[in-house]
This record gives sequence, structure tokens and C-alpha cells, in this order.
Amino acid sequence: MSMLEVRAVSRWYGNVVAVNDVTMQIGPGVTGLLGPNGAGKTTLIAMMAGFLAPSAGTVTLDGEQVWHHPTAYRHLGLVPEREVSFGYLTARQFVRAKAELHGLSEVGRATERALEIVELDADAGRPIGTYSKGMRQRAKLASALVHDPSVLLLDEPFNGVDPRQRLHLMVLLSRMGQEGRTVLFSSHILEEVEQIARQVEVVVAGRHAASGDFGAIRRLMTDRPTRYRVRSNDDRALAALLMAQDFVRGVSLEPRGAVAVQVTDFGTFAHALPRLAREAGLTLLEVIPTDESLESVFTYLVSA
Amino acid sequence: MNATITRLAARSLFGRRRGVLLVVLPFLLVALSMAVALLTEATSAVDPVTAVFGLGLVLPLVALLVSTGVIGPEIEDGSIVYLLATPVSRLSVAVSKQVVASVVTVVLGAGAVLTSALVLAPGSPGQALALGLGAVVAGLAYCGLFVALSALLRHGTVAGLIYVLVFEGLLASWLSGLRYLSVGSFGRRVAGALTDDLDLVVRDMSLVYGVVAALVFTVGGALVTAHRLRSFELRGDD
Repeated sequence: MSMLEVRAVSRWYGNVVAVNDVTMQIGPGVTGLLGPNGAGKTTLIAMMAGFLAPSAGTVTLDGEQVWHHPTAYRHLGLVPEREVSFGYLTARQFVRAKAELHGLSEVGRATERALEIVELDADAGRPIGTYSKGMRQRAKLASALVHDPSVLLLDEPFNGVDPRQRLHLMVLLSRMGQEGRTVLFSSHILEEVEQIARQVEVVVAGRHAASGDFGAIRRLMTDRPTRYRVRSNDDRALAALLMAQDFVRGVSLEPRGAVAVQVTDFGTFAHALPRLAREAGLTLLEVIPTDESLESVFTYLVSA
Repeated sequence: MNATITRLAARSLFGRRRGVLLVVLPFLLVALSMAVALLTEATSAVDPVTAVFGLGLVLPLVALLVSTGVIGPEIEDGSIVYLLATPVSRLSVAVSKQVVASVVTVVLGAGAVLTSALVLAPGSPGQALALGLGAVVAGLAYCGLFVALSALLRHGTVAGLIYVLVFEGLLASWLSGLRYLSVGSFGRRVAGALTDDLDLVVRDMSLVYGVVAALVFTVGGALVTAHRLRSFELRGDD
């Protein structure tokens, strides 16, 4: 059982702040580090893995600083987003090399066990350069698992992986979490995080935007005000109709002929809009959500 | 030193196209020496061919290719993180990589210098041995310098080329004081101390200085590389 603790950590490059005063505790089980691209997830994981010095604050693993302490890697496994450049090695040679570097007593057995865990043992004799993206991810995971670490950090492990292999990786990570390992993975895709992580840490623009159970964060995300652009055969009448509804916060007429509407409950809005239009004899021509991007969800979370 | 790191470094050198390039330059030196031996008065060609071309150009270029090859690409693409995310000491990683670079440089670079001298002057094995030993000393120091440069700089190969071609090739030949920082001069000083047949000696440099300076470059290079690896930072797109 290991605890990774990030305390008041900031990291800046010149005038650019990549991570801004983040405090979080990562304990046993699977934790998702969620945030849009460029949010600072890789920077945070690099600091947790001891490959980046915090400009301020501390990162500790079971009370010990990680930066400049290679002995921490006895308990920590890292799966970086970067590809393995040892493509000329077979997965077995690559994982075995990692086992040797960790100074394990039974190198051969540890190698085979790690390859079996990621179900790569059958293809482990092929050079990594010939693997698909998913297989390369599994080879990286096997190399990170070979010394049986209590903490596993994975940076965007599902990027570019096909659905079948993604599912396989998700099952693997869930199992490791259930075994009591501290597993942290980063992702910019809500659904990936939702499927395997109950604990979620949301990072936006380098700031720690939200933390907690995925259900609570999901509710925060779905209950936020949402904007739509609606075109109909009579926009002015539609605007008046919508403004009278409780779930509508604001309405404006757009110059090119559409109604911009801000709703507080998009579920109710989605059900009510067709009924209201039909009852008023209006024809809806177009309904487009205008802020459904993940970035807008994250931005809302920051301001919430 | 770590046997796994040395094995991986050796495989990375010869597992790529760079491996062929490494053999080309020494082959060129030996082939040129054989051509000169066939066509001209070979003994007098030891100085321009073996000492100037071999010791002055082929050896540092082989050392540069090998040294940047063992560490540069892994730092450039960040994949060295796979070696560093282990409890192995950073000094051990640096020394292991430098040892591989040094062994390959000595075998290919210094070996080619020795062969060239033997081809051109088969009657003077002492002279060939002196040049070979000078090449070994210079080769080790070059590897220390170039491994450190490629660990420190993004364009370590370019920096190394500038050192060989501009600093040693041009500046140090005009401004004699700069020879005290020229690895090639250290090698020539050692070779010159072992043979009187060639005008290799940087006249005002003492042999002790040449040996100690080469040692400083060799050991200092490993220490600088280890320091760089200790502070290696993994940066993402964000």
C-alpha cells in the first residue's frame, strides 16, 4: 500500500506556468488524472515519477522525496507516453533488461510473469518495432511491472490504442487497482476515466480543478449551464417561448437568424424543446450545442 | 558499470544504419593507406595519411559518431527514461555508455590508425605502435568529451563537429595556446613521446600535461554525463 503525495506543487518554465499550486493524494486503487490536452497532466506525472523537479512544493512517495532519489523506482513503475526506441529488441529482451536493471534475483521468472500479466507472452519473441500500438503499450506496461511495483504511473496509456486492446488494458489496470496497487493514469477522454477510475483528479490549465468520486464530478459536468443555437421558422416567437421556461437562463437573437439559448438543465431542455415547438406550431430547423467541447466542460469546472 | 546498459548500448550502435557508417571511415583510412603504399613512397606518407588524416580526422569522427550514438538519440527522444526509471546509479549508466563508446572507438578508430601506419611503414612497428597508443589516449578523451556533449546539448553532434573541424582543425593550428585544450594534441603528444620518426610533438606541451589532460577529459566527461542524467527531465507536449 503506497501513498503518493503532491503538496502545493507548481512548475513553471520561464514565464509559463505549467502546473499551478496543485495538492493531491493518490492512494491505492485506480485514479484517473483527467484534463484537456495541454492541461499539465504529463508535467504532473513527470514530477510524480521523479523526472521533473517541482519549481515549488514537494512530491513524496510514502514520505520520501521522489526527485533525485532513484531508489524510489524499487516501488514505482512508469509507463511514459513516449514510444520505446528500443524497437530492435524483442519484448522479452526489453522486459528482461528492465528486470536486470532492477537487480531482481529471478530475472527469467519475473520477465515471464510480467509478459503473462499483459498477455504478451505468445508474441514476446518478436521485435517491438513490428508491434501494433496496443502491443507496444503492453510491452511498456510489462517493463514497468516486472519488479512488481506498488505504484504505477501511466501517461495517456490508451492513446492510439484500438478498442479491443483498450478494453484489455482497462481490465488490466482495474485488476491492479483491486490488488491494492496505487495506479494513476492520465487521459483527456471522460469515458475512459469513467470506465475504470472511481477516484478522479481533474486538471485544467495547470490548476487542480476538481477531485473526488467520478459520479460527483460527472454530475457537476452534466448539471452545468449549456449553450445551444436553435434555428426555426420563427426565431423571435421561439425566443419568447423559451424565455418563459424555468430551465432557460438566457436567450438572445443572433444577427444571422438563430436563437442562442443558455439552459441550466440540458436533459429537461432536450425533452421540452420539441414539445414546446410543436404546441406553438413552430418548425425546428437546427439545434446545435455550442459549448459541448471537453474544454468548455473543464472551464466550467474551474469556475464552479 | 552495468552489463545490461553496455549490452543495450552496443546493440543500439550496431543495430542501426549508424553501424555501417562507423566502419566506413576506418575502412577508408586503411584503403587510402593501401593505395598510397602501392602508388608512392609509402614511408613518407605516414605523417600526412596516418597522423594528419587518421589521427586528426578519422579518429575524432569515429569517436563522435559512436559517442553521440550511444546516448544522444535516447536523450533526444526521451526514451532514456526507460533506463533511468530503475535504481541503477546515474554514474553507472554514464560510465557504461562511455565504456561502450570507448571500446568501439579504440577498436575501429585507433585500430585503423595502427593498421594504416603498419601498411605504410611495415618496417617501423614502433612508430605504428606509438601512433596506435596516441590514438587510444585521444580516443578515450574524445569519447569522454563527445558523450558529455551529446548528453548536455540537443545538437551534440554539431557541437562535436565544430570542435573537431573548427576548434582543432583551424583555431588550434593557428593559435598554439589552444592546443592545450585540443584532445588531438594530447594524443599526438603521447605518440610523439614514443617515436622520434614523426614530427608529432606539440613542442611546448609536456607529456605529463598531455596524459593528465586526456584523463581529465575522460573522467570529467563521465562525471558531467552522470550529472546530466541525474537531472534528466521528462517533458511532455503540455
